[in-house]
Amino acid sequence: MIRERHDLVIVGGGPAGLAAAAAAREAGCDDLLLIERDRNLGGILNQCIHDGFGIHAFKEALSGPEYADRFIRKVQSLGICVMEKTIVLELSKEKILRVSREGETKEIEAKSVVLAMGCRERTRGALSIPGHRPAGVYTAGMVQNLVNLENIMPGKHVVILGSGDIGLIMARRLTLEGAKVEAVFEVLPYSSGLNRNIRQCLDDYGIPLYLATTVIDIHGPNGRLEGVTVAQVDEKRRPVKGTERFVPCDTLLLSVGLIPENELTRGAGITIDEATQGAFVDDSLMTKIPGVFACGNVLHVHDLVDFVSIEAARAGRNAALYAAGRHSSGTEGIAVKAGRGVRYVVPQRVSHGEDVSLAFRVTDPSRDRVIEVSDGERVIKTSREARLHPAEMVWLNLGTVDLNVIKSLEVRVR
Amino acid sequence: MEHSFDVLVIGGGVVGNAIARELSRFHLKTAVLEKAPDVGLGTSCRNSGVLHSGINYQPGTLRAALAVRGNSMMDTICSELKVKIKRIGKLTTALDEDELPGLRQLMDQGTANGVPGLKILDCAAMQKIQPGVEGIAAIWSPTSAITSPYGLTIALADNACANGVSYFLRCEVCRIEKEGKKFTVRTRDGKKFAAGLVINSSGLASGRISAMGGVTEGNNGESLKIWPCRGEYYVLDKRLDGMLKTLIYPVPGTKDAGLGIHLTPTVDGNILIGPSANYLSDDMSEDYKVTASVLEELRRAGQSLLPNLKVSDFIRNFAGNRPKRTSPAEGGNEDFVIEEAREVKGFINLVGIESPGLTSAPAIAEMVRDLVSNHIPLREKEDFVAERPGFAAHFCELPIQEQERLIQEDPEYGEIICRCEKITKREIRDAIENPLGARTLVSIKYRARNGMGRCQGGFCTPRIVRMLRDEYGFEVEDYLYREAGSNLFVGNVREGEGK
Repeated sequence: MIRERHDLVIVGGGPAGLAAAAAAREAGCDDLLLIERDRNLGGILNQCIHDGFGIHAFKEALSGPEYADRFIRKVQSLGICVMEKTIVLELSKEKILRVSREGETKEIEAKSVVLAMGCRERTRGALSIPGHRPAGVYTAGMVQNLVNLENIMPGKHVVILGSGDIGLIMARRLTLEGAKVEAVFEVLPYSSGLNRNIRQCLDDYGIPLYLATTVIDIHGPNGRLEGVTVAQVDEKRRPVKGTERFVPCDTLLLSVGLIPENELTRGAGITIDEATQGAFVDDSLMTKIPGVFACGNVLHVHDLVDFVSIEAARAGRNAALYAAGRHSSGTEGIAVKAGRGVRYVVPQRVSHGEDVSLAFRVTDPSRDRVIEVSDGERVIKTSREARLHPAEMVWLNLGTVDLNVIKSLEVRVR
Repeated sequence: MEHSFDVLVIGGGVVGNAIARELSRFHLKTAVLEKAPDVGLGTSCRNSGVLHSGINYQPGTLRAALAVRGNSMMDTICSELKVKIKRIGKLTTALDEDELPGLRQLMDQGTANGVPGLKILDCAAMQKIQPGVEGIAAIWSPTSAITSPYGLTIALADNACANGVSYFLRCEVCRIEKEGKKFTVRTRDGKKFAAGLVINSSGLASGRISAMGGVTEGNNGESLKIWPCRGEYYVLDKRLDGMLKTLIYPVPGTKDAGLGIHLTPTVDGNILIGPSANYLSDDMSEDYKVTASVLEELRRAGQSLLPNLKVSDFIRNFAGNRPKRTSPAEGGNEDFVIEEAREVKGFINLVGIESPGLTSAPAIAEMVRDLVSNHIPLREKEDFVAERPGFAAHFCELPIQEQERLIQEDPEYGEIICRCEKITKREIRDAIENPLGARTLVSIKYRARNGMGRCQGGFCTPRIVRMLRDEYGFEVEDYLYREAGSNLFVGNVREGEGK
């Protein structure tokens, strides 16, 4: 088999891979290959034609393709080698990637690798929604692709299950294209999407959002979806008898969560954090295999692409340093724990201690709270938050962490 | 216009296609009439995919004889037709002393049926085959195997078609008349077929089609009524591939409608949990709903059988309906009815072909061939081709050197369309261009395996939609999920910009 060698290979040409590539190049990595499985760079941003991207990164509201374009231009102007329509089939511990594309399959040996494969949508099967299996039940992101890129209208009467951001965006999008969006149902007692999306995508169009309510049956005995039965749920998410009602619709969109796509990561033997469904990483975003880094939605599902770009740039820089032999594996380091009220923290380990930035999500919505970072004995950092919500990531910069002094870290909500 | 044939096969399930393929060895004009837009969309694609050894059926019954014979034919058939088969064997386990008599009885029955290689194993021997398996003793039946039930069904049809059998998809039979020695069969879409022989292999509809053909009861006065009995399944993620070395079944109770909820590995590396057994009313015979209560039961059963099962391992669920001849009150099973109706000469009736129908299919086909030969002298064709082109494995399962060679031959083998199952563009193209002309999304999926992985088609569906439009001229109304009426889309977002 053909064998190529590169200093750095970046797997995935979405927002994370693009930002990582640009940052790695700027950090001095010349021999760098960016691999993208789709026709074009940009990843899921290409189908996100709504605006609201870049408010943090560029201080202006861009559409997804515009946001992607800024990075694509940068990658092009930096002369980064891009391989499109190419899929990475395997990654080994030795950092050998097997790739496949039209006309060839080959191995690429890399000194350093950045994993930026993004995430996939949770499906009906994963939710175990009972009922028929008619046409008309789709994940929200797939419909976004069909509507925005392929000019295909999936249905006219739409019910959305799950208040994830893609579902909310699609509620507005399908309404604008003439569909009637009957309602959004969310099994949790609070929305899973960003507040601004609830206002701009549902409230502004009079689309009702029913919390603590879910779809318990799918009706479509004749091939196409004819309606769903919804019911309220109790605190254990079990349907409450007597609250069932039938909602006629020809389309059910599922916006019920995203799952980092870590099949390559697992295949390489990298340990996955059950809480994030992404790799365990240290503060340089390096996984347990030295020289393999992860960033973006493959590491943990982000709320805003701006933060993906920032995180990915860090991974790209460190990967470039590693390839140049200038990035140490660090010390064994210290564990970062998710304490009370915190679902997960990334990174899970601090082993370098410079410019440490923590990203995390809370378990429950709350107001007027204090985030505390403790070293086990004393609180080393606090941050007052007017509003905390599981749908929104929280970022906290700790600056330098002296690993000779601090022996553990825990993030909690007080 | 009237289409004239020697033999009409009603129903394109695994049995109908096995018959069609068997008849295609001879100088006969045969047609298969299938109401769905593809073959095998009923019971044939909705089962465990197990090739049974034949120990579970009473000696002297058709089920016993045909399962043993059918099982013995499968290696040749699967090798000729490029269908996956794995002889993984089966442990029928007794959990305690109380189940030992049942186990011994089953052993005697299997021996009487002529099942090869049966052995009673003690606990230690069972552990060697499947570490961790529960029970104090088991019957080991080495001929038990797994295959792809839809793969086999499609392969039989492809090969029959290649050997000259005509396939009429979307042709639902609505009237059967007989005048002299000639049958006239009409379909809902207005087609008219004439033939001297009609074979009713319509599975769940076999009772109805019997009645339509004027057959009111079996030759021995049996009822031909079908009692649909639903079985629900879960499909588990490939993460668990390799955990099951063999099939493991409990000793069945005689009143059970099926063989009990158990784990079945598939030839593609998933594990199935199921099937349940719940009778349905007649009007729901082809209703494939999955239900909350059964799914919960299956999840519980699965978690007790595989303790480290995670919620994310459940990637899909589905239901299939057994065409049973026993009512819920009777329970258990009745034998297959396979005979030329005494009341209506030339009407070959196959009723109640439930489990082990998949295993028995090739043996049933031989039996039907003999019934046909009573009417038409069979002359073998010299140009019959038993081999189906291609390979049984999916491209990604081939050795790397073979993959490299094939990519040189066709660059589209290098392009992956379905990322979860690593299915290539060439494989999708082969599936789209299948000889039967079936073009639904499910038709492509059952042939190429795209969309059967973790994302369940979330990423590859748009790519296949695009391919069908750009390379096969699909309009937005042409996309069907499965059956007639299962249109995937309602139109274009902006008209005039469809292409």
